[in-house]
Amino acid sequence: MVEAQSDMDTLEDKSKSPKVLEEVIITGKNNLSNKQTKILSSLDSYLESNAAINMIKRGAYAGEPFINGMATERSLITIDGMRIYGACTDKMDPITSYVEITNLSKANIQSGQSGAQHGATIAGSIDLVRKHSECNNTGFKGNVFTGIESNNFQKIIGTKLQYSGCDFYTDFDFTFRDADNYKAGGGAEILYSQFRKYNLSGMAGYKLNDKQDIAASVIYDHATDVGYPALPMDVSMAKAFITSLQHSFHEVNRHIHYWESKIYYNHVTHIMDDSKRPIVPIRMDMPGWTNTAGFYSFINGSYKKHLWKMNLSGHFNKSLAEMTMYSNNTNNKDMFMLTWPDVRTYFSNLFIEDKVLWNENWSSVFTAGAAIQYNNISDTLGYETLKIFYPNLQHNHLRWLNNIGAKLMYANNHWTHQFGLAYGNRAPSVSEGYGFYLFNSFDRWDYIGNPYMKNESSFEISESSTFNTKRFSAKAQINYFRMNHYIIGIPDTTLTSMTIGANGVKIYDQLPNADLFNIGLNMTYRILSPLSISSKFIYRLGKTQQTSLPQIQPFTYGAAIKYEQKTFATEISMEGALAQTTYGSEFGETKAPAYTIFNIGISKSFLLNKHELGLRGGIENILDANYSTFADWNRIPRMGRNLYLNFVWKF
Amino acid sequence: MHTIDLYSASGKLEVGYNKIIAHIKTLDGQSVNNSQMTWAPTMYMGAMNHSCPYSPLSLVENTSSYFEGYIIFQMASSSPDYWEIAFNYTIAGANYTLKGEVEVIAPTRRKVVAFKGDDSVRYVLAMVEPSSPKFGVNDMIAMLYSTSDMMTFSKVNNYTIKIDPRMPDMGNHGSPKNVDLTQDAADKNYHGQVNFTMSGYWVINLQLLNAQSGVIKGEQLPPNSPTNSSIYFEVEY
Repeated sequence: MVEAQSDMDTLEDKSKSPKVLEEVIITGKNNLSNKQTKILSSLDSYLESNAAINMIKRGAYAGEPFINGMATERSLITIDGMRIYGACTDKMDPITSYVEITNLSKANIQSGQSGAQHGATIAGSIDLVRKHSECNNTGFKGNVFTGIESNNFQKIIGTKLQYSGCDFYTDFDFTFRDADNYKAGGGAEILYSQFRKYNLSGMAGYKLNDKQDIAASVIYDHATDVGYPALPMDVSMAKAFITSLQHSFHEVNRHIHYWESKIYYNHVTHIMDDSKRPIVPIRMDMPGWTNTAGFYSFINGSYKKHLWKMNLSGHFNKSLAEMTMYSNNTNNKDMFMLTWPDVRTYFSNLFIEDKVLWNENWSSVFTAGAAIQYNNISDTLGYETLKIFYPNLQHNHLRWLNNIGAKLMYANNHWTHQFGLAYGNRAPSVSEGYGFYLFNSFDRWDYIGNPYMKNESSFEISESSTFNTKRFSAKAQINYFRMNHYIIGIPDTTLTSMTIGANGVKIYDQLPNADLFNIGLNMTYRILSPLSISSKFIYRLGKTQQTSLPQIQPFTYGAAIKYEQKTFATEISMEGALAQTTYGSEFGETKAPAYTIFNIGISKSFLLNKHELGLRGGIENILDANYSTFADWNRIPRMGRNLYLNFVWKF
Repeated sequence: MHTIDLYSASGKLEVGYNKIIAHIKTLDGQSVNNSQMTWAPTMYMGAMNHSCPYSPLSLVENTSSYFEGYIIFQMASSSPDYWEIAFNYTIAGANYTLKGEVEVIAPTRRKVVAFKGDDSVRYVLAMVEPSSPKFGVNDMIAMLYSTSDMMTFSKVNNYTIKIDPRMPDMGNHGSPKNVDLTQDAADKNYHGQVNFTMSGYWVINLQLLNAQSGVIKGEQLPPNSPTNSSIYFEVEY
């Protein structure tokens, strides 16, 4: 995809076409020139810097990325276009938790149906693009890095090694992180917020000829002893093995500029347990597993005024999760049930995009996709227990999904405007369709899946504008989603909960509609060549006909002043939010209070024996504010004052 | 002259419902065909004795020397108290009686309740199914008898047996969509549906209602009740 992107860019440059507003977060490629951030921060913090994304935190680890205010059931997260399913029924392992910042070059963030290239989505997509070398004969290079953070005594150490020959390259990187409990503002220790993980990543590419190359890649990510202070359980082990084989074909002919095909396989094991918690009503283990295999074949090309893309993809997934509860009475047998009944998903998708460059100022993008999804409940035990609720339950379910979108873009020297309309739908997730007594510790209800639900659909309108001069730039984005057959848990008062202390049982069902509105504004002003100030404002609103949706961002603001020179940079930033005015009290949400925090970061790079040494340091939450945001599960307080130091030595 | 071998699914006789096959043989092991046979279980407890609910014996289909029936023992053998089954049978016009002591053991899980109802009538309520409980929906069958003298027991008609399965090891949570037991017109037993969301130890709390829906025995439990109903069955799998 990296090539695809750059090909597109070159093409557009040649034709002096209007700029497209692409949401790309550069995470790693130019680490050392990315001066204002701490390089060894988690992927979560990088993603969070995008206006469309909120990271819902259940602890210090593995935030769940919400796109446009919507949870991961409504979005699509891929790694290099690969579909991966988290193996936790409580969403403790979003895909973003199985990669390291060092694995990636960028995250492509697409809002709404523009993100439907790899499958069905409502909210949009994040494609995490891996970093790799090219065959440019630069030989052996690498770096070692280490970091430490004061608040939770996080230790980070790792290395990146790369070799690039004339027709061969290979990359290897390793990162290890180990953190203790963090302390909230004021010094209170947040118990069960520790984590430890390592990540190994390897990639090798071979150039078949001038136009074609193949690349093989592996990621192995292994986390242990991960605490989730906002949840009743922790994770003793979470691991993912992600592998792929890719063929790339550049300049296939005059009209086909790039053709990329990939086959991939991954499996995720997630072991949720409560062995670290001293007092629980009952001990339990909740392991989950997913296996996913898939392929895609992607082409982009041009014909006269048209720049087009086509992606054919398919995957198979198996999701299984179980729960064992250990009786406090040793005479009694342990209790066992399936929470995901070995659901098999077969999915195939065709996506096309046609961009037309009408003239120097005007362009349009049309996208369309169609997919078929087949689900099968493979485990007899799980099938039998779901039949309690659905006596006529069929093992199989077939769905058709589709999406269509159009954007109109205008650009001149200072302005770009983009207006879009789109429609798309999605199938219920494994939990929504087939989950069995999944306890949600936010609203404290047990959830039962509903295999009979219709597809959830969404109609969206989006508008974004940018204004750029030499010194000043501004970007405003507005979008509105009207979702029909909105999937949500509805209390069934005839049922009693299974989880001790739960409020009752909700069955996933559909509301006629729900609405989400997002608005964001960013501005940057360069006062002097090294000195700039920037600001951002974000607000979202989410409602059903009866109630406000939970975990929706209130009015949030941020400002930063930055001083940058060649080898030195510093940034002082402020961020905060107003108190929530609308919040999902029916979902157990409490009003998130207002807060403001301040951060400072400094970076400096040196040349030591021709090798670059980068130093970063800074203080987050300088005033040690005790605060909690709308994105904090059960309002656990965030980290208090944190000093960090990062070192990167390149060789 | 004859021996009678008794067979049950577990090879044992337990307190509760027992389906029993009786095989009548000569002493040298030859099956005795074309006999007629009745049986009567009695528990001897020193000065007093009593019986229990049981079915007549009938020939197993397509056999001529195997009889089948059931006995619902309400209590276990406990020396010096013991159970005896008396078999009366007729072979070619000649009447015979054979008595034998049987060992009735107490199962770890309760499958029968014997109690005096609020109407002062003595009842025996036994669970027949699920005999092999499984995940999900289980057909449930129970037999309900009443007695006035503890020697003869008769099936009770038109009652309702309300069920409320609970998991005492997990806050006594329940299970959804159970169907209370009502009398089947054909076999006169009580049929319903019990649902198990998970494996483990379940208590099926019972409430017995008469034909006018008056409560004869048992209590309705609040959610997460710390106690069981005064009558209940147990299931573990």
